[in-house]
Amino acid sequence: MSEILLQIDGKAVKAKQGMTVLDAARSADIAIPTLCHHEQLEPYGGCRLCTVEIETRGRKRLVAGCLYPVEPDLIVRTRTEKIDSIRKMILELLLAHAPDSPQLQDLAREYRADRDRFEKEASFCVLCGLCIRYCAEIKKKYAVGFINNGARREINFIPEIAAGECWNCKECFPLCPTSYLQAAYHLTEALAFPSLSSRSASKRLVTTTTL
Amino acid sequence: MDNDTIDQIIDRHEGRAGSLIHVLMEIQSKNHWIPREALAKVSQKLGVPFTRVMQIATFYKTFSLTPQGHHEVHVCTGTSCHIRGSQRVLDKIQSLLGIRAGETDSNSKFSLAKGNCLGCCTLGPEIVVDGRHYARMTPEKAEEVLKKYN
Ligand code: SF4
Ligand code: FES
Ligand code: FES
Repeated sequence: MSEILLQIDGKAVKAKQGMTVLDAARSADIAIPTLCHHEQLEPYGGCRLCTVEIETRGRKRLVAGCLYPVEPDLIVRTRTEKIDSIRKMILELLLAHAPDSPQLQDLAREYRADRDRFEKEASFCVLCGLCIRYCAEIKKKYAVGFINNGARREINFIPEIAAGECWNCKECFPLCPTSYLQAAYHLTEALAFPSLSSRSASKRLVTTTTL
Repeated sequence: MDNDTIDQIIDRHEGRAGSLIHVLMEIQSKNHWIPREALAKVSQKLGVPFTRVMQIATFYKTFSLTPQGHHEVHVCTGTSCHIRGSQRVLDKIQSLLGIRAGETDSNSKFSLAKGNCLGCCTLGPEIVVDGRHYARMTPEKAEEVLKKYN
């Protein structure tokens, strides 16, 4: 594998062919914020929080750091006024959907994003696709997927699959940057297999009484 | 349409994940809608995860996952047709059929849908019934057209 030399925030960074700008930055301890990225999953490029500025042969443009492959002599800037304002805007838009997400709130503090800038449209899910991709790529169960399109897009558990697989897994829950995933699962569970959800209800009851 | 026809369509594409949209379109055009059991069978026979099939089937407006009427009426409400008075055509058709756009009448005879530019702006306002285009519609002409399908 050939070594590639690039520059990130003024620092010379060595990377390997096939790495993304994000990979290279992380290997050099340069932080780029991400939301839809996950080490074990295929690059997705859904949230655009990882937007960085690149410069090649004197031309500048903005790319998604989690997708863009490193190339020799690339100059990358991860924080400029422009990038910050883009990230701020993305965060404000996402916060209109998931105002209580801790991960978004942390980032909002850093980028001075105003949680109340846009009218709330609390769909809770920000469509990052982490749950869906994890279920498909890692667990290969395909229990949850997207349905509909555009503004009506949402996640959807397939009850027939969820009934058999999710109860013992639930590994996607902690990946969700909002609390929506868990809620959607419990809803499916309650509607599709009442016996199971009464089991979980009694379990919850037990935990609360032992406390 | 009987399940055999659906099965035949699916069988012809067995093992070919890349034919997903093709199969769905064929079922849609023969059956006017795609039952959930058919989606499950498509998933199984083509080797495409059910969530993926659902994602595609719900993404495109072409596919209907609820029963549709025997005749599908589309009224163009795109910009050109709108300017030429498609709203009056739509109002007329809605009152003739007794349903609104997006609905199917109670004896499953007609389904009504709106479309944003159905492709022949120069001939607008247009309506499309079962894939056949009718140009330069007026409320009166639209009534004549629908009579043919009664
Ligand atoms: S439920 Fe959570 S993890 Fe899944 S797509 Fe929505 S925000 Fe992402
Ligand atoms: S982390 Fe790169 S687009 Fe979401
Ligand atoms: S607007 Fe009606 S066909 Fe284009």
